[in-house]
Amino acid sequence: MTSSHDDRPIIETLGLSRDFTLREGPLLRRRRRTVSAVRDVTLTVRPGEIVGYLGPNGAGKSSTMKMLTGILTPTAGRVRVAGLEPSRERTRLAARIGVVFGQRTTLWWDLPLRDSLELTRHMYRIPAADHARRLAELTDLLDLGPFLATPVRQLSLGQRMRGDLTAALLHGPELLVLDEPTIGLDVVSKAAIRAFLLRLNAEEGTTILLTTHDLGDVERLCRRVVVIDRGTLAYDGDLAGLRASVPAPRVLVVDLAAPAPPVEVPGGTCVRVEGPRQWLELSDNPAAVIAEITRRHGVADLTLREPDIEHVVAALYRGAVPSAD
Amino acid sequence: MRVHRAVFARGLRRHSAYRVATLSGLLTNSVFGVINAMVLLALFAARPEINGYDARDAVTQVFVAQALLAVVAVMGPPLDLEERIRDGAVATDLLRPVPLQSWWLADDLGRAVYQLVFRAVPTFAVGALVFDLRLPDDPLRWVAVLTSFALAAVVAFGLRYLYALAGFWLTDTRGVWAVAGLLGPVAAGALLPLTLFPPAVADVLRLLPWASMVQVPAEVLLGKESLPGGTAAGGPALQVLWAAALLALGALVTSRATRRVVVQGG
Repeated sequence: MTSSHDDRPIIETLGLSRDFTLREGPLLRRRRRTVSAVRDVTLTVRPGEIVGYLGPNGAGKSSTMKMLTGILTPTAGRVRVAGLEPSRERTRLAARIGVVFGQRTTLWWDLPLRDSLELTRHMYRIPAADHARRLAELTDLLDLGPFLATPVRQLSLGQRMRGDLTAALLHGPELLVLDEPTIGLDVVSKAAIRAFLLRLNAEEGTTILLTTHDLGDVERLCRRVVVIDRGTLAYDGDLAGLRASVPAPRVLVVDLAAPAPPVEVPGGTCVRVEGPRQWLELSDNPAAVIAEITRRHGVADLTLREPDIEHVVAALYRGAVPSAD
Repeated sequence: MRVHRAVFARGLRRHSAYRVATLSGLLTNSVFGVINAMVLLALFAARPEINGYDARDAVTQVFVAQALLAVVAVMGPPLDLEERIRDGAVATDLLRPVPLQSWWLADDLGRAVYQLVFRAVPTFAVGALVFDLRLPDDPLRWVAVLTSFALAAVVAFGLRYLYALAGFWLTDTRGVWAVAGLLGPVAAGALLPLTLFPPAVADVLRLLPWASMVQVPAEVLLGKESLPGGTAAGGPALQVLWAAALLALGALVTSRATRRVVVQGG
């Protein structure tokens, strides 16, 4: 959308770090301990990218997000978002970006959704005609029509999330920051939101940075994945590269016609048995293994599971990160 | 700004949903006002004048205090902001392109205006029906009174906003309210007119911001010469100073809080 910024990074951090001081122990013998939540994170995001920011709970994802949006001041390092220094220019930055925290809402709980969306017009000083046009577009894309007049407290989680997304997008931000945007949503709502985000990115070039624990979010949305572990960057690249960097086998789930001892086939190792159902980790071509199993056993059903991103990420931490501080 | 007007209107609308609370509050204010007035009448029966107040002045101030109690919320409730700081929802407040303090000021003034119309006016009317209150004849003084009431609400916000911000450091502000909710009404002149304190104590309390919430508006209504400059205009002038000082301090503390302190929750 904004052609003048096209080549400059929209997010740029250099050696970004944040420490927290904890006070521990009984009142009289309280000790201070410094914990480093984010350590030396250097990251560049260019306009138009969709970046997934992954890591287990406590890895430093939220702290990074807070520093990028200006509600947490870095202990060390540099951070620029949309050319601004977030913690110093927080309110100015807020006018340029959209932020949705999946577990919190910016909407007015006790008023109809429409009222909160109307407020954004004044909040971001959007010309009335632009606001009306954009609201009509978003209402259409996110199917808000049926509940625009409903008080927010009566909305379902999926409806509320669509409302929050709309509120974050009415001013046409260059960057959308999403913290677990699909948490707690059902499959249909998740799919709707993912499709919407892809379209937003494709049609308007909105840059999207999201944290998630949801494999589907990452696989559908993220061309680039950044993994943070214990405060430091553990991986930055595409999803295929992440998979390749860690040997995480595919798993074949076999439902046999009747319970049987663990299946032994070349190229597959049985890792779990539960009644007639068995799990085999594959080290070889699945087609060959499947052919072999169906030849030897009565098979009721088969499912091939890709390694899910949580396991890839977990394996990455175990393998790639030095064990001691 | 338009956004503040919208936030103000929403504060007003939100409180108008609590009709039962308004009615029961009105009852409480009236009953306490009557009891408080009878006690003071008994006191003034023994001494017709104390430090420039007579019985009628004292009873009038009792009903100013009862009327303003809900407007200035000197004994609570805290701002909603306080709970939002505790549970981390303040993060979404900070992500708006609007300063935190002016947003909550607009919201709280909406609440205050609702309380002024539906709690303060009826409570004062009850007082005027039951007792012989001292009311100004001069319409200009009524303007001063309304101005003073409005400024009382701003000063009250300034103080409650600072109590709320303490939550950034303390994580729990119940201790703040335990002290402020007890000493605040005394220093405001809501429990007893400050005039009844020894003059040296009263002179100090009068200059503190709490006095701007009840004592100063009451004296403006009564037209007392004990106000700064000895005129009714001196009261609002002092209130403006306190409002400005508290809001400036609030802005300063806000920027320190958001710079140094952690927003709770993931």
